[in-house]
Amino acid sequence: MPLASYETSVPVVVDDAKCIADKGCTVCVDVCPLDVLRISDLTGKAFMAYDECWYCMPCEADCPTGAVTVNIPYLLR
Amino acid sequence: MAMDQILDGLSEVSCDVLVIGGGTAGPMAALKAKLKNPKANVVLLEKANVKRSGAISMGMDGLNNAVIPGYATPEQYTKEITIANDGIVDQKAVYKYAEQCYSIIEELDSFGIRFLKNENGDYAVKKVHHIGTYVLPMPNGETVKKAIYRQLRRARILISNRYMATRLLTGTDGRIAGAISVNTRTAEILVIKAKAVILCMGAAGRLGLPTSGYMFGTYENAANSGDGYAMAYHAGAALANLECFQINPLIKDYNGPACAYVAGPYGAFTANNEGARFIECDYWSGQMMLEFYNELQSGKGPVFLQLNHLHDDTISEIETTLHKVERPTRGLFHEGRGTNYREQPIEMHISEIGFCSGHSASGVFVDEFARTTIPGLYAAGDMASVPHNYMLGAFTNGAVAGTHAMDYADNTDFADFDAADVARERDRVMAPTKREDGVPPNQIEYKARRLVNDYLQPPKVTRKFELGQRRLAEVRDDMENRMIARNSHELLRALETQSIVDCADMAAHASLYRTESRWGLYHLRTDYPEKDDDNWFCHTLLSKKDGKMSSEKRAVEPYIVPIADDEKDLYDKQRIRASA
Ligand SMILES: Cc1cc2nc3c(=O)[nH]c(=O)nc-3n(C[C@H](O)[C@H](O)[C@H](O)COP(=O)(O)OP(=O)(O)OC[C@H]3O[C@@H](n4cnc5c(N)ncnc54)[C@H](O)[C@@H]3O)c2cc1C
Ligand code: SF4
Ligand code: SF4
Repeated sequence: MPLASYETSVPVVVDDAKCIADKGCTVCVDVCPLDVLRISDLTGKAFMAYDECWYCMPCEADCPTGAVTVNIPYLLR
Repeated sequence: MAMDQILDGLSEVSCDVLVIGGGTAGPMAALKAKLKNPKANVVLLEKANVKRSGAISMGMDGLNNAVIPGYATPEQYTKEITIANDGIVDQKAVYKYAEQCYSIIEELDSFGIRFLKNENGDYAVKKVHHIGTYVLPMPNGETVKKAIYRQLRRARILISNRYMATRLLTGTDGRIAGAISVNTRTAEILVIKAKAVILCMGAAGRLGLPTSGYMFGTYENAANSGDGYAMAYHAGAALANLECFQINPLIKDYNGPACAYVAGPYGAFTANNEGARFIECDYWSGQMMLEFYNELQSGKGPVFLQLNHLHDDTISEIETTLHKVERPTRGLFHEGRGTNYREQPIEMHISEIGFCSGHSASGVFVDEFARTTIPGLYAAGDMASVPHNYMLGAFTNGAVAGTHAMDYADNTDFADFDAADVARERDRVMAPTKREDGVPPNQIEYKARRLVNDYLQPPKVTRKFELGQRRLAEVRDDMENRMIARNSHELLRALETQSIVDCADMAAHASLYRTESRWGLYHLRTDYPEKDDDNWFCHTLLSKKDGKMSSEKRAVEPYIVPIADDEKDLYDKQRIRASA
């Protein structure tokens, strides 16, 4: 069966200007209980790779530079 | 390395005690096991990261069930939980918890976790339950995980993050032999041989689909996909009272607690659309949920948590708690909706169904030593059958399990297991990665959970359950033969989907077996609307027998705290008379 991708607007946003993943930080990726954050090969910054979020906050609370913002997922906003 | 690439690898390690799940019960179990025998090897295996995993990833605002000398006695607490559970309780385990939890509070205090005290230095316990007083706020509740993590490091517990356990290994002699797990970022298999194993994998929280339609917008931490229940089942352990579902009253759409336990002691209450109270007590029980459900169905819904009548200072105090710990995005959610506690009441709804003993009574069967029916296999926390045990129960029973499991491990050797079991499990785990073409796990999971809502949600109707079983069997067929996983993250979801479908099957099977109604909404069967104590004053145990799901009755252990006849139905009288 052919597959199509399904677009969603993701709840977690990273401010590239503040993110220091290019200096080796992976804190948000490490702590996320749902394991949905990754560091982009393209930009060297953290981003939400999978829209499977419990809007729980560890990523935002533990980020050393305040780069992460957790929003309420669109479907339940 | 490409993101979440699949590496086909397998390694094997061994330890004395293996703890699976590093949320709440797990860390305490690991700590107590290690303290019991500091020379032994204790491994704590976690699907996520112990620093921030489980129900308490952002801490907790308070203890829901603290039995504190001067406020409550173990006898009182045991009595209350027995009544709240319609009598189906083995009291020994509840009593043991009630006796030991105070020492765990003192220990948590020594870790740096603070509990609210009044001017005299006594614990400021609040009344939320129907009969007794057990709710204790935690002023720095957001620090719980950090405090515990420090203790784990100090005790040199070996922590393995990002390993999802998939199956237990049992020895040829029937004892536990270890577990099989898979790395969630590389898909490499890790086999862990152990003398004793403690299951602390939390609730089956991804069973029903939240009404928002967002698959991860569950009440429970969405990482708790019921893997522990599925693993215990496949290993042949008995699971108790799975028909006693978890269903909670929550903020509509947000799907987190509102939270009446925090706001209630200040004067907040649950109201209907006329602003009137309709339940006597906000403590979450099946009987209370039934009244909540009835009100929603009647013309008097929606249901609200009302606190706009409170003083501004009081509301600010409530806000600082509710918007800081447990589910801190609550504030953001209300802001988006334009809900200010000072002006509008909070619209409430009921959650999706799940299994959880922390809140209700559906869990892997354990006795007062946290022993399951498999020698060497223990369970604690939300997934073990001690009812209503919440966070303090997870800590306390985790401690019981850790101590006892180490005792067991010290007096036993590794059990021999069949290498073919590992090979078979490896094939099962990797199967979705070997298919070129098929259905991705998110679609299979969505469909299974949508069917759970359509057919298995109370009120339970026999005909609907039978149809649900048929539809779920079709989904299972797709899952077993056509599901694909294109990277290791998708494989994690694929494996979780298998646990979810197993739990759905167990929910249906267990519910059909008990031909009566009990526990209010949790097991409300329209074709058997009455409580039938003559035939069903018993536990039900579900297990795998000769490869098939089967259920049997188990007598309730004789009470150690007697319940008088006029106390038995105290929880049945939840509806406020005047408004009825
Ligand atoms: C939103 C919310 C609010 C609550 N509020 C309160 C409160 O105010 N007061 C109170 O007393 N109680 C409260 N509770 C209940 C309490 O938090 C739980 O009962 C308790 O924390 C459960 O502990 P646990 O160890 O059983 O599960 P958890 O703490 O959830 O831990 C389970 C762990 O297992 C891991 N895991 C799952 N599957 C696998 C696998 N296959 N392999 C490896 N690891 C796995 C998970 O990642 C997780 O870390 C609340 C619960 C929730 C969800
Ligand atoms: S924690 Fe913050 S700084 Fe670190 S990788 Fe994540 S977003 Fe970037
Ligand atoms: S809010 Fe929670 S689930 Fe969502 S990305 Fe952050 S840590 Fe992960």
